[in-house]
Amino acid sequence: MEMPAPDTAVIARRDAVAARLRQALGDPAAVITDPVETRAYECDALSAYRCPPLMVVLPSTTEEVSAVLRICSEEGVPVVPRGAGTSLAGGSMPTADAVIVGLARMNKVLEISTDDRLVRVQTGRTNLSVTDAVAGHGFFYAPDPSSQLACAIGGNIAMNSGGAHCLKYGVTTNNLLGATVVLMDGAVVELGGPMGEGQGLDLLGVVCGSEGQLGIVSEAVLRILPQPAGARPVLIAFDSPVTAGACVAAIIRSGVLPVAIEFMDRPCIAATEDFCGAGYPDCEALLIVEVEGTEPEIDEQLFLIRQIAQRFDPLEFRESRSAQESQRIWLGRKSAFGAMGVISDYMCLDGTIPVSQLPHVLGRIAELSQECGLGVANVFHAGDGNMHPLILYDANKPGDLERCEALGADILRLCVEAGGCLTGEHGVGVEKRELMSAQYDPPDLEMQMAVKDVFDPEWMLNAAKVFPLAVSAPRRGQNAA
Amino acid sequence: MQPENEEELAAIIRGSNGPLRVTGGGTRLYPGEMGGSRLDISAIAGITLYEPEALTLVARAGTPLADIQAALASENQMLAFEPDPRAGSTIGGVAAANASGPRRLSAGACRDAMLGVRFVTGAGEVVKNGGRVMKNVTGYDLVKLMAGSRGKLGALTEIALKTAPVPPARATLSLSGLDDAQTIAAMTTALSGPSDVIGAGRLPDGRVILRLEGLPGSVELRAKALKQMLNSYGDAELTEGDTDFAILRDFAQNVTVPLWRIVLRPSQAAPLLSQLPGRHAVDWGGALIWAEAPPDWMPVLPPGSRATRVVGEAASLPEPDAVTTRLNAGLRTKFDPRGVFGGEA
Repeated sequence: MEMPAPDTAVIARRDAVAARLRQALGDPAAVITDPVETRAYECDALSAYRCPPLMVVLPSTTEEVSAVLRICSEEGVPVVPRGAGTSLAGGSMPTADAVIVGLARMNKVLEISTDDRLVRVQTGRTNLSVTDAVAGHGFFYAPDPSSQLACAIGGNIAMNSGGAHCLKYGVTTNNLLGATVVLMDGAVVELGGPMGEGQGLDLLGVVCGSEGQLGIVSEAVLRILPQPAGARPVLIAFDSPVTAGACVAAIIRSGVLPVAIEFMDRPCIAATEDFCGAGYPDCEALLIVEVEGTEPEIDEQLFLIRQIAQRFDPLEFRESRSAQESQRIWLGRKSAFGAMGVISDYMCLDGTIPVSQLPHVLGRIAELSQECGLGVANVFHAGDGNMHPLILYDANKPGDLERCEALGADILRLCVEAGGCLTGEHGVGVEKRELMSAQYDPPDLEMQMAVKDVFDPEWMLNAAKVFPLAVSAPRRGQNAA
Repeated sequence: MQPENEEELAAIIRGSNGPLRVTGGGTRLYPGEMGGSRLDISAIAGITLYEPEALTLVARAGTPLADIQAALASENQMLAFEPDPRAGSTIGGVAAANASGPRRLSAGACRDAMLGVRFVTGAGEVVKNGGRVMKNVTGYDLVKLMAGSRGKLGALTEIALKTAPVPPARATLSLSGLDDAQTIAAMTTALSGPSDVIGAGRLPDGRVILRLEGLPGSVELRAKALKQMLNSYGDAELTEGDTDFAILRDFAQNVTVPLWRIVLRPSQAAPLLSQLPGRHAVDWGGALIWAEAPPDWMPVLPPGSRATRVVGEAASLPEPDAVTTRLNAGLRTKFDPRGVFGGEA
């Protein structure tokens, strides 16, 4: 993975910049320059790529974020925003000449209005703690990325994160009503409004998912929903992944609206059984389908789902009868990533495909896996076609990582060819930057970059990500490669 | 000018110095958007892909909304959002207007159901963004930017949309005789509980209406529970179906006097309702007010709310702030460098 050479002139001015930032923030501890301490920020959850930043700044308010960005802008210092550092695509990976603006201190709930069904928070607050803040009122915040315990709302907005329940409730952009955004020059703007509607163009819509390249979102107004009366999962086992895929399509067509449909294949089931012993059946593929409502409503939905599933001759249809059984059904799925990590190093992909293409794509992935000689396990949100093939490799074996990366790229290109896309929830970051040309033609990329030109004309904010390096080089003040 | 396809459209735009008015059916234009030469995209039409099992439909922008709704109905599906069905309306117009009816409260706006777009910029360049899958975070979401951009950034040529199964059962609960404050309070109560209320509004005749849908048994149970929950507001009447919501959905197209569209927080709605001078309707649980008013009337808006006069003379409140104005103008310049697309900012 290549990054542009850091600006040595900026690095040489580090102490002067740090002094200005300390003065602006009034708290010496809010600016970290000690190399031992900045090392903690050298990567995000894509830990294969590391680089300690120039320094780390931890503002506490929107005004402080604005002051920091104004100073960095004046000093010509690049900025990399960071929520909780859980990005799987290197979205908050630093460069040696960049100031990391971390949101960790910005975790306050600013307003709860159940009458307006919204909550206003600082964006360093973790996803799950937003729900915790409103649970006592009978509400929850719907988008639930798997990292929800740790990830920050600011990062969720940057990546437009989803989660297991987005089949019914949508992703971040569908639940974001407003945002306070600090632009690179320090200007502060309120985007969105009641029902998420702003004035003129949908600026909130384009900021959401822009991977921290258009501005730093310091506060967010989030839609909250009343908690459902209850929820119950079923586990459906099949003798073939193709049949499981066909069953997903049939459920979706039927008019029942599950809140989640999760898919696991045999390699993944085997690994999780060894890991946590969830008691999953011996099968080639399984689905976990969860529905919500009162008990009679759940029964009505599960009755229909059972009728549909029976058309596909399932090996087993396991309906939960208690909270404990529900937990066991979810246990294997929730442990899947950890379980795979025990048996092997792996790379987790994040492509999305039309649900109708599931059988074809699963079959083709198996072929590619065989050709390459690396195993692939599949666990994903089947309801929305967001696949997470896990490529197994040995990090200590020379050449394995390169083979793994090549197979990953092939699989993502396969997703695009099947009518899907390179990333459904993790983002492009540095990881899939060079693959962008597989999905978008030059005018498509040019138009996206033109949007960044408007928000951040000097390309100071989280540059050298999202767009292929050679394509963005002229805008980053570098000669095109 | 009526191009037959995307290439012709691009050539026309490249060869024009504007101002151009991009229209499909021309049914959703706001005051001030009538100027310029008409660039009629209604011949760029046809459904290009429909996969009911993937809940996805892709159509060219000039496709009549009615054709799309008929195709979906044949598979017992509908659009995942709810536009009003104006005669002659095209899907491109619906998308460019971000037309979003009562279902917006729960299922989201048109922009939330838009998965991908193709469009021609003011420079005559063909650009695509998004795709046809539910989850996509590959690059910037220009789809949202195009939704509701009212033809000022580019001419839409194709739109990928999320569809939804038609719910097997629908019911409407209605309450009568509530004042403004009680109206908002009743809707807020209904929307704060677990009943999964899909729509909530008040008709010009004063009836507060709440919509439930889903499997038949579930709708029946929830209707009963909701009636109970609202009994302090009176005895709710239960009807099957949701025809009352069509009145709400279509309210704005059946007026002839000046009409304001006001979006605000539900908690701000009651005081605003009390100052309205004429016939009006409430939607989105109190977050949307349609208000007929004499030409010289202007609403006194609570903080953070927005109002646009959509029939009559152009007016919009409040003025956007300087940074928003700069960003809006900057984007228009990038998408339309020669300023060929007309209309107000």
